[in-house]
Amino acid sequence: MGGTLNSYDALRDPARCRAVLDKIEETLQGQSLRFMEVCGTHTVALFRTGVHSLLPKNIVHLTGPGCPVCVTHEAEVAAYLEVADRPGVIIATFGDLIRVPGPGGRSLKEAQADGARVEVVYSPFDALKLAQDNPGDKVVFLGIGFETTTAPIAATIKVARESGLDNFLVMPFHKLVPPALDALLADPDMLIEGFMLPGHVSAIIGMTPYMPIAERFHLPAVISGFEPMDLLQTILLLAEMKRTGKPQVINNYKRVVSDQGNPKARAIVSEVYQPQDALWRGIGAIPGSGLGLAPAYKAHDAFEVLGITLKEVKPIPGCRCGEVLKGVMPPNQCPLFGKVCTPSTPVGPCMVSTEGSCAAYFKYQLDVAPAA
Amino acid sequence: MCLAVPMEVKHIEGDVADVEIGGVRKQIRLDLVEDKPKVGEFVIIHAGFAIRILSREDALETIKIFQDGWNLELL
Amino acid sequence: MGKKLLLDYGSGGLASHRLVAEVFFKHLKNPILARMDDAAVLKLSGPVAVSTDSFTVDPLFFPGGDIGSLAVHGTVNDVAMMGARPLYLTCGFILEEGFDLDDLERIVASMAAAAKKAKVKVVAGDTKVVPRGAVDKIFINTTGIGEVIASPAPSGHSARAGDVVIISGNLGDHGLTVLSCRQGLSFEAPVKSDCASLNHLVEKLVTGVDTVHVLRDPTRGGLATTLNEIAQQSNVGIVLEEDTIPVDPVVASGCEILGLDPLYLANEGKLICIVPAKQMHKALEIMKRDPLGRKARVIGSVTSDHAGKVVMRTGLGGHRMLGMLEGEQLPRIC
Repeated sequence: MGGTLNSYDALRDPARCRAVLDKIEETLQGQSLRFMEVCGTHTVALFRTGVHSLLPKNIVHLTGPGCPVCVTHEAEVAAYLEVADRPGVIIATFGDLIRVPGPGGRSLKEAQADGARVEVVYSPFDALKLAQDNPGDKVVFLGIGFETTTAPIAATIKVARESGLDNFLVMPFHKLVPPALDALLADPDMLIEGFMLPGHVSAIIGMTPYMPIAERFHLPAVISGFEPMDLLQTILLLAEMKRTGKPQVINNYKRVVSDQGNPKARAIVSEVYQPQDALWRGIGAIPGSGLGLAPAYKAHDAFEVLGITLKEVKPIPGCRCGEVLKGVMPPNQCPLFGKVCTPSTPVGPCMVSTEGSCAAYFKYQLDVAPAA
Repeated sequence: MCLAVPMEVKHIEGDVADVEIGGVRKQIRLDLVEDKPKVGEFVIIHAGFAIRILSREDALETIKIFQDGWNLELL
Repeated sequence: MGKKLLLDYGSGGLASHRLVAEVFFKHLKNPILARMDDAAVLKLSGPVAVSTDSFTVDPLFFPGGDIGSLAVHGTVNDVAMMGARPLYLTCGFILEEGFDLDDLERIVASMAAAAKKAKVKVVAGDTKVVPRGAVDKIFINTTGIGEVIASPAPSGHSARAGDVVIISGNLGDHGLTVLSCRQGLSFEAPVKSDCASLNHLVEKLVTGVDTVHVLRDPTRGGLATTLNEIAQQSNVGIVLEEDTIPVDPVVASGCEILGLDPLYLANEGKLICIVPAKQMHKALEIMKRDPLGRKARVIGSVTSDHAGKVVMRTGLGGHRMLGMLEGEQLPRIC
């Protein structure tokens, strides 16, 4: 794709990619490089393009908690299922959430079969239209996502308030990336040597929030795009910084990310939301890593308007999603992986989401290589 | 996470722009960008909203960097 | 007749007869149907292929087709994929009370046109009208009957190591068309369903090529799902070359925007043809001469390695596994 932005051909050119791969090997001289990406779309890109299969053995690609769907806590699923089951409610959601299992394995798919009204939307603005078209119902939009997605949702809530659309409600399950990175970096078992930073989250937050990674923790971190050349050049930059021992935070996605990010988007988010603690599936509570609606916007807070609270939920037995998400264990070493926990019978969300670490490993697993 | 695609601005009316890429058209919101884009500029779209504007020259210029080097000059 | 369907029209009485005459017979008439007996009596010879399918597509009308044409082409194709010549169709309608009669007539007229193109006769039918809410507007079931003309008949169990995998044209058109209707995407160039009857092309293939091992149309679940089914049934591995897989550029763009993979989108007018390598040129030649096979090309091969699995060599020279999806593919954002 790309029409007049036909850069994409250059960004996928096999010869150039091969050259970068060679350069990476030359730079590392057999030394290892354990890098983590914290973005589900990076996970998929690394596998789908075949880049993962082309990396030399000394480079270990770790998948961190970069999938906002994956980290939606069971208690949060239980809360929105409770809302879905109510009469006079239409749930509007991104398709990503439809199969995420809550307590007992129940998901929106089952709720739908039980009679809940669930609409998949591409944009939160489509949910606004739903609210306009169904004045007698409450349209509840499930607000998941990291900073990239939070901004459009905030803008939508602002429009809802300005148009007096009282039946448009949001359940804020947003998560923030920098606090999650802090939690990862603070973990003494962490063996990460560099980060591939999310491209589009960075388009909103810019480079500044990542500075502690290099300044305090002395690890290199590179904001990356999603095409094969983006991915490979990012790994090369990480390798070079490992070699020189001079870690920095680099923006390697300048065509989309400005170093300052998007101040207007951040301003709208600060107006509509305020930080709060959040529960991350498999990890637990991370302070200041979530968002709730600001007082002026409480009229659109589904929790407030519908009287919902997050209730304590028993953790899924045997599920090691937490360790997988922290990059401490690869998916295929979880005892449940591929046996009890598969895409058809997911135990934890890492397997449910199409971008979940375990689902990606399951789908793109390289236990097979075609004969040359 | 985060699917975001660059699309070309064809027409603007208030907070809504008609955009196109590769023959596909969509209507998107402009609430999140400071200045309104000009027709012919590109916008990066996520969840039906523009999150960044790029002039055609910027877009092609930054891409050009890719084609030639390792980007090690970023260090 | 009024504009909306009433329960009376399904009751078998005068209203029913009027509906049958003024809508169904008006478009679907043929000597067998016109007899109006309780059943059609058919003369068939040799092995007979039978397939049935029910159609519930939403929206009912989409660029390139509608639920009616889909109901004909879908079943004609299922029969044809067995190396059979489809001859007869039955169709059963379950209609919701209040359904628009003009829409019904449009759908039936479309079925008639599709049947004519496919050269099949609708020989039996049934209509039921159910109370509002009991069904979503209209469901259509069609059963197709045909005579097997290929010997041996192609089968999902017959792929063998060394075979080549050929696709008849671009992938993902139907799936993207239907999804984009719901997702507010529009297209500058025509993107429409590829819905079409493949039986004439199939007949040329099975009569012109010595051994066709497998014929299958990659409908629900797309190319990836269908090849997985074949790999499992035949207990072989399949390797695809990403660079050869044909997708219309506009369809590819639409998929990128919605976060969809064209390899998992439904196709309603394409077929997968797996033949021994030495039949490759003949098969391609025949396909390319047919209007529905102009863009036919080889996209991969069958191997004895990684039996039951489908692997794709990416443009970069790496590889990835193409598994089966759990359920329907949904647009994603995260």
